[in-house]
Amino acid sequence: MSALIPSRLRSRSDPDWPGHRLLVREPLRLDCGIDFGPFTIAYQTYGRLNPDRSNAILVCHALSGDQYVADPHPITGKPGWWETMVGPGLVLDTERFFIVCANVLGGCMGTTGPQDINPETGEPWALSFPVITVHDMVRAQKRLLDHLGIESLFCVTGGSMGGMQVLQWAASYPESVFAAVPIAAAARHSAQNIAFHEVGRQAIMADPDWSGGRYLTLGRRPVRGLAVARMAAHITYLSEAALHRKFGRNLQDRHAVTYGFDADFQVESYLRHQGSTFVDRFDANSYLYITRAMDYFDLAVEHGGSLASAFKGSQSRFCIISFTSDWLFPTSESRELVQALNSVAANVSFVEIETDNGHDAFLLHEPELFETLRGFLTGCAEHRGLTRSW
Amino acid sequence: MAGPSRSPALNFGRAEARPAAVDDAAEGLRRDLRLIAEMIDPGARVLDIGCGDGALLAHLVRHKNVDGRGMELSQSGVNSCVGHGLPVIQGDADRDLEAYPTGAFDVVVLSQTLQATREPRKVIETLVRIGRRAIVSFPNFGFWRIRLHLLFCGRMPVSHLLAHPWYDTPNIHLCTIRDFVAMCDEIGVRVDRSVTLDRHGQPYSLDPHGSLANLLAEQGVFVLSANRGHLNAAAKPPGRQG
Repeated sequence: MSALIPSRLRSRSDPDWPGHRLLVREPLRLDCGIDFGPFTIAYQTYGRLNPDRSNAILVCHALSGDQYVADPHPITGKPGWWETMVGPGLVLDTERFFIVCANVLGGCMGTTGPQDINPETGEPWALSFPVITVHDMVRAQKRLLDHLGIESLFCVTGGSMGGMQVLQWAASYPESVFAAVPIAAAARHSAQNIAFHEVGRQAIMADPDWSGGRYLTLGRRPVRGLAVARMAAHITYLSEAALHRKFGRNLQDRHAVTYGFDADFQVESYLRHQGSTFVDRFDANSYLYITRAMDYFDLAVEHGGSLASAFKGSQSRFCIISFTSDWLFPTSESRELVQALNSVAANVSFVEIETDNGHDAFLLHEPELFETLRGFLTGCAEHRGLTRSW
Repeated sequence: MAGPSRSPALNFGRAEARPAAVDDAAEGLRRDLRLIAEMIDPGARVLDIGCGDGALLAHLVRHKNVDGRGMELSQSGVNSCVGHGLPVIQGDADRDLEAYPTGAFDVVVLSQTLQATREPRKVIETLVRIGRRAIVSFPNFGFWRIRLHLLFCGRMPVSHLLAHPWYDTPNIHLCTIRDFVAMCDEIGVRVDRSVTLDRHGQPYSLDPHGSLANLLAEQGVFVLSANRGHLNAAAKPPGRQG
């Protein structure tokens, strides 16, 4: 069946992409009840693991991110999504820490996802891929860390869906998490966020090329639907103030409106660009599955309706970070998290950073974010007894 | 609310330098903070409410190896503390203390912040619930200079240190030392120890119930605990790292 897949599509999980692959043979019991496996985890590492394996930091990527944290993306050639944060001498200092980032389960950059071949049918999984959750993603990451021989992570961090994974790590494997830094995240996905995701999914599914999810088998791709999904989502990552600052009502390469439906405004042109570049590197079914995983995320539900119970007895040191203009994961949700952590007397720091960059602020140049995280990690390293050299 | 920082607190007639963001030496600590630091046992679990720029917390963490946490109203203060490796959250003494479990801390510090809370009585009751001991310091509005200021000037006391005019001050619940002691008696909070400080920050050994202390002391530092047996027997939360 794979012969039916055009080479351009097949190359999307190119084994020649840089980085490591781990084949996990032992099946994983997923939240949906299925034992899934064997499966592949694609991951990147930066820096060196110290002899007592105490300097590992797990970076968890967001919905549209991947494991290429600090090196060029193999498809787009663009710099790593957190290369301002991860590198020699940077906040996540690769001369000091061993950084691991894995593509999430259900993703499309090498870790098994709906675009990969289901060995039982010889066709891409498509919608027969099991619905995965944030907890499942974390279970898969745990397998990777077991393989790497890392029993205890110095820190787990990430923004947005990455922050959800951080919280899941802290709740599921508290003894393995010395420090947890969820950024622009929440302990559950809000109704508004589920609503936005549903708009994106409907856009994909309304594209005739989506073909009930079997587009790869049929040699098509729902690029229009996926682009619209990305455009709608991208608006939620910004803020009204940032959009106004960047674009205002400025026109795109013209002096007057054209009385048509061309991209007259710069903001339209920008969004179209965001949509069209996204489809080059992302799989539409992965988008469906990963947004679903975020929608299902509610840490309290897993713990009898009490968020505090999720962290009871936790020895981890938490640093919760939110941004003033983030309306997708507003500060109020971080505050709820802080309250829950306080109620079990957990060790928690909480910082709200003033910015008009909206939800995407965690990916951008935010000096206060860098300073906060640097200070927090330095304090944690002292407590962990991590010295600068080994 | 927890004060925006400790500097706007009432400290009549005493020039005072704002402590450096993270000051390692006790000598760099403000007098009342130094006194509070001396009252705290090494290794204790401490919550510093209204921790400002984190001077006391940093001192306790670095030199007394306490498991310290801070709460501060001003975001800039919080960010600075966290940026210096101190576990601090943005929060409000009136609103955000309720979440802590009973007996969560060995010591809860509320330094020069009580007068800025909306419900000081409730705050004090919460302090002795979440901490086995509470250390509270506040400016004494019965201090002779304040009395004279009001008597002779006929206006609300404003000094170069108390820069806030009456219509724009975070200090909304000022009290005298006798007022404070009376409130503690009323709500069944035990005063385990009290120290009154003169305007140079030197401790007096005067009975805080007496009128002399109320006249001469610029501020009071009180060690409080719940006057109820069952709280002392309350379950301690699990120990923490570091």
